[in-house]
Order: sequence, then C-alpha cells, then structure tokens
Amino acid sequence: MISIKTKKTNKKWAAKLDGLCRSWYKFSRNKLSVFGLIIVLTVIFIALFADKIAPFPEHAGAFVDLGNAGRPPGEGYLFGTDQYGRDILSRIFFSFRGAIIMGIGVLAVAVPVGVFLGLIAGYFQGSLIEPLIMRTVDIFLALPPLVLALAVSAVLRPTLFNSMMAVSFAWWAWYTRLSYGMASSIRNEFYIQSAELIGASRLHILLREILPNCLGPIFTKMTLDMGWVILIGASLSFVGMGEQPPKPALGTMVADGAKYIPHMWWLAVFPALAIMIIVLGFNLLGDGIRDMLSTEEV
Amino acid sequence: MKSRHFIIHRLAWSVFVLVGLSILIFFIARVIPGDPARMALGPRAPQWAVDNLVKELHLNEPIYVQYWLWLKGVLHGDFGTSLVTRRPVSADIKEFFPATLELIVVAAIIETVGGILLGALSARYSGSWFDSLVRLIAYLGVVTPAFVWAIIFMLIFGYVWPILPILGRIDSNLTVPPTVTGLMTIDSLLAGDFEAFKSAFLHLLLPALALAMGGMSQAARITRASMSENLSRDYVGSEMAAGIPMKLIILKYVLRPSLIPTVTIIALDIAAMLGNAFLVELVFNYPGISRYGINAMLTKDLNAIVAVIMVIGLAFVVMNFIVDLIVAYLDPRIRLQGGK
Repeated sequence: MISIKTKKTNKKWAAKLDGLCRSWYKFSRNKLSVFGLIIVLTVIFIALFADKIAPFPEHAGAFVDLGNAGRPPGEGYLFGTDQYGRDILSRIFFSFRGAIIMGIGVLAVAVPVGVFLGLIAGYFQGSLIEPLIMRTVDIFLALPPLVLALAVSAVLRPTLFNSMMAVSFAWWAWYTRLSYGMASSIRNEFYIQSAELIGASRLHILLREILPNCLGPIFTKMTLDMGWVILIGASLSFVGMGEQPPKPALGTMVADGAKYIPHMWWLAVFPALAIMIIVLGFNLLGDGIRDMLSTEEV
Repeated sequence: MKSRHFIIHRLAWSVFVLVGLSILIFFIARVIPGDPARMALGPRAPQWAVDNLVKELHLNEPIYVQYWLWLKGVLHGDFGTSLVTRRPVSADIKEFFPATLELIVVAAIIETVGGILLGALSARYSGSWFDSLVRLIAYLGVVTPAFVWAIIFMLIFGYVWPILPILGRIDSNLTVPPTVTGLMTIDSLLAGDFEAFKSAFLHLLLPALALAMGGMSQAARITRASMSENLSRDYVGSEMAAGIPMKLIILKYVLRPSLIPTVTIIALDIAAMLGNAFLVELVFNYPGISRYGINAMLTKDLNAIVAVIMVIGLAFVVMNFIVDLIVAYLDPRIRLQGGK
C-alpha cells in the first residue's frame, strides 16, 4: 500500500520536474531572456547584500568627505564621487533596495486587489457590480499612471512607503482589466457550469476554478510591470516625491546629478544607466516568460 | 447612420470618463490630506489664515457641495486661485499649457514619422543589418525613461557636440514675439521674426526628441510586426504575381491595414507624453504646464494641482476620442459595428 503511494508521488514529482525542464528549455532557447534573468538576479543579489558588496557602505547615508568630492570615475571610485565625496557605485547599490522594495510592494498591493475585482466583474456579468467596477476602471485608466501617482503622492508626505501607495493606486486597474477579460471568457466554459451545477460556492469558483486559468498572463504582466513600476518610482523620486535624502534613490541621484552636467556628468549618467538596466532586465525576462507560457509548441 | 451612432456613443463615454475623473481628482485633493487647508499653508501658518482658507475653499460645507461649487467654477473656466501665488489658476494654465502643447505636437510629429518610417523600412528589409539596428534601438528606446534620454541628449548635443540649445524656449538675447496663440514658433512667424522662429524651433528639438524616443521605438516595433504579418498574406502574393510593383503594393495595400495598431499605440503614447513631459520639462528647464504642475505639487498648491491634472485628463480623453475616430476610419469593421 505504502509503496504504491510513494510510487505515485515519485511519478508526480518526476512529471513536475519534467515540466520544469521543458519550461527551462523553452525559456533558455532565447539567449536574451536568459540575459534578462541574469540581470534581474544580479540586481536582487546586490540589493540583498548591498552592505557587504558596496565598496563604501557608509556612503549610503549622510556622509561628507569634501576632500574626495567630485572625483571622476576611476581609481578607487569606479563610478566617481558626488558633490559630497560619496561613492556613486555604493549609492547605486543601496538604491537598488528601494527600487526592488518599490516593485514588490506595489505589485503586492495592486495585483491581488486588481485581479480580484476583475474576476468578480468578469464572473458576475449582467449584474450591477460589473459596470460599477469596470466603469471605475475606465476612469482610472483615463490618466497616465505617472500623472495619477504624482497627484496622489503630491498630497501625501514624501516617503518611499507613500510613493508605493500612490503607484499602487494608479496601477490596480490594469490588472482588473486583464483578469476581467479572461474571467468573462472562462465563465462560459463547461467546467464552470458543472461546478455551479454541483453547488460549488462562488468564492470557490472564482478562486479555484477561474483564477488558476488566468495566472499565466497575470504572471507575465507582473514581470514586465516590475520594470515599469521601478521606473515610475524612479520618476517620482526624480521630482522629489520618493525616498528622501540622504537615503539614496536612483531618481533623486539623476535629478541632483543633472545640476552638475556637464562638468560632473557621472553623477547623473551612472544612476540613469542603472535605471535603464533594471527596466531592460525585467523586460527581457518578462518577454521570455511570455514566450515560455505561450501554448505554442516549440 | 452607423458612424454617427458610433461617434455619439464614444462622445458620451468621454463625457462620462471626464466627470468620473473630476470626482476622483477632487476627492484626492480634498479627502486624502485630512486637513487640506492646513496642508496647503504648512504647519507654521497662523490659525486665522487657515480659517480664511477653509472659508475660501468651502471646506466647512459637505464634500458634495464643495464638489458642486468647484464644478460650477470649472465649467465657467475658473479653477480658483493659486494658494501660493494668489493668481487665478486658469490664467497660469493659459500661459503654460501652450508651451507644453507645442512641445508635444513636435514630439508627436517626430514619433509618428520616425516610428512608421523605421518600422516600415525594417519590415520591408527584414533580416538586413538595418532591420537589426532598428530592432536594437527600438528595444533600448522602450526601456529607457524619457528623462534619461533627456539627460543623454543634453550631454551629447549640448556639450560634447554642441549643435542645439538645451535650456528654455528661446535665446535670451532675442525679443520674445508678442503672444497671439501662445505657441512661440507660430507667434514668431506671425510677427514675421524668422530669427526668433528658428531659435524657438531649435529649442523644441531636444526635449521633443527625448519625449518621442519611447513612443517612436514602440511605434516602430508595432509597425514592423503588423507589416511583416500583412506582407505574408496571400493578397500580397497575388498582387506580386499580377506584376504590381512592390512599392505600390506597400504604399497602397499593405500600409493602411498595418497602421491600425500603430495609430492606437502612437495616440495613447502622445497622451501619455503629458505625463513624461513632467520630467523632460524639468531637465530642460522648459516653462510648460508640467513644470508648473511639479512646482504646484511641491508647494502643495491644491487648486493648481487639481487644475493641472484635470487639463491632462481632458487632453487624454480627447486624444482617446480622436484615436477612436482614426481607427474607425482605417478599419471599416469597427465603424460599421457602431462602436460595439
């Protein structure tokens, strides 16, 4: 009896492993996707261990060393130093933390809220709740997300947390629209009708029957959005509505550095490149995941 | 008959979205801060000043009365007075919006022409070195934020190879042409001042290019994809078999259906430019509505914030309406279904 059971689980695991290998094969066929994955993993690694990797961890705060102020990139300071003598490279490493927290935090709020509302609106079609949710979505999508996020953070105190709230506020509607579209087509499938027939609860149908079939596109969008959210976060801190100095944030560094162009160009250019690379990494990864999850056979 | 139905349908939708947007923005500015008057004036303002502002903004009334009073003002073109400069906000908007409009029009032209041209050429010569180059630039263009382009262009064309002006709207030693339309290039032409026109136009180029880069890349990618798809359709093959020159096939039969997704993307991006203009104007110190809006946000000038967001929302909704009309013109299937 027991041996049969282990055999079964073994088989299950083997099938899972096989599936994983297939997915990885499909994913890794495109070298750009692998490149994106490497960028993303590197950025996360740097963010986690910034205090160990950064050459000058103390430069992440209010640190002044006027003797080394404005050093061009080179010996000792790979990306040069800023107007207070702080190492740009170390500050970029530490600002990855805020960027990653921003991305994860916003998605952690916007995705569950957005997806759940979309599932409800898609499943309860014809009821009053559908137009209520979807017309609200229309209104939220009538403004560029950056403008909406700016408007909300303008009335809040400028902190990393508040800017995360502001971006989430501007972001959930995209997920509602996405899951609404999928839920409204899935609800007509036979297995949903069967589940209704045997008296499954509505919550069960929403979360156990419809949701799992929406996860692929949602997951793809989340990966792509990590990059865009980080970009919006950087834009907010660029205008001074994110993490406050002396804590480093990519946008703030670009904005401050822009004042010293062209003589101390490295102040703005390296943080700007860092933003570019993060967004590029998540984009390549997201494209790769989309290709991987697409049903098209290899 | 059908297309009239379509237009009315979309128009009603636009009005609905605008009303919803105004409620949303109004509530953001009045409800989130807790005590808007105190926030606008700062913690050190005397109590009597706060009380005066409460009266001026009707904060002692219920929120729906406040909204109604505000809406009545807005419909008469009155956004209230700035809480910081005490100037009427509408006058400020009238002064700064044309500058942004001018910037966005130039950016939109660059984006449309550049995006379609690059995408079409890249699809026509797919697989060539030109195609690879366009795809690489397009990928970089999509992932690079507008303010990063702004800084890169500023460094390259302002300092390393100084061929273009980088700050403001016009050379400081030229006289500003009298304001007629508020668009400096047109005003200088109306005044017959070609030197001012040249200067104003050159000042527009870099910020416009920085604004356009992202959308242009996206437009090029979309055009390339949809054109490659259409080029592999059977009708192209039969037209080629009939001996119609390739140039004619592309211009007359392939381009129009290929442009439908492009137009949608470009128009949405032009509307989104209003958001990105916020950052680009800041970099180039360009006196447009976005720079005005950022200042309003930093000084917590509630009336000005609401006005700026509403103007941007209005522009966004109008753009969407225009896109729907253009797409309906390009794609008869949408037009004939009456907007369903």
